[in-house]
Amino acid sequence: MSDNPVNERIKTDIAQNDVMLFMKGTPVFPQCGFSAAVVQILNHVGVKFGSADVLVDPEIRDGIKAFTNWPTVPQLYVKGEFVGGCDIIREMFEAGELEQMFDEKGVAREAA
Amino acid sequence: MPMAASEIESLIKDAMPDAEVRIDDLRGDGDHYLANVVSSAFIGKSRVQQHQMVYEALQGRMGGELHALALQTSAPDAG
Repeated sequence: MSDNPVNERIKTDIAQNDVMLFMKGTPVFPQCGFSAAVVQILNHVGVKFGSADVLVDPEIRDGIKAFTNWPTVPQLYVKGEFVGGCDIIREMFEAGELEQMFDEKGVAREAA
Repeated sequence: MPMAASEIESLIKDAMPDAEVRIDDLRGDGDHYLANVVSSAFIGKSRVQQHQMVYEALQGRMGGELHALALQTSAPDAG
């Protein structure tokens, strides 16, 4: 698994960004409602995040699904750990758990 | 190709026989569903693991013929 070049790219992205979002489109122009919702939540919470647009990169689009064993995009990684897709992020945000997780993991947040 | 709500429900119940499954067709178009699944199989599992169990029950249809399925999962009497 480690000699797969797509997995290596995904691992590098996750390692280089404390908060890494694999999404459809870009944070400025999300191309899917689920991706847009996660971007909006991350902006609201005030964390900086890296992003990869799976629509322009079919290898990553298929690769991230296999890598995470998760069938859909968006996918959010924090400090190398898969946190969830849109439903889980939204649920955590509504319960106040998302901010708590960023604080516990030492991810800086700007005051909203 | 859209999937019928009853098909989603039976796939989940095949994998988790004790599951209580409620499927809402969010837009009435047979393509955007919300599934609420309560099962003792979720006890002690993280949210990610719970959702992965449902995706496994759907045998690869999620992200394919099943375009949008929002998931709410929980163990009985929890949260």
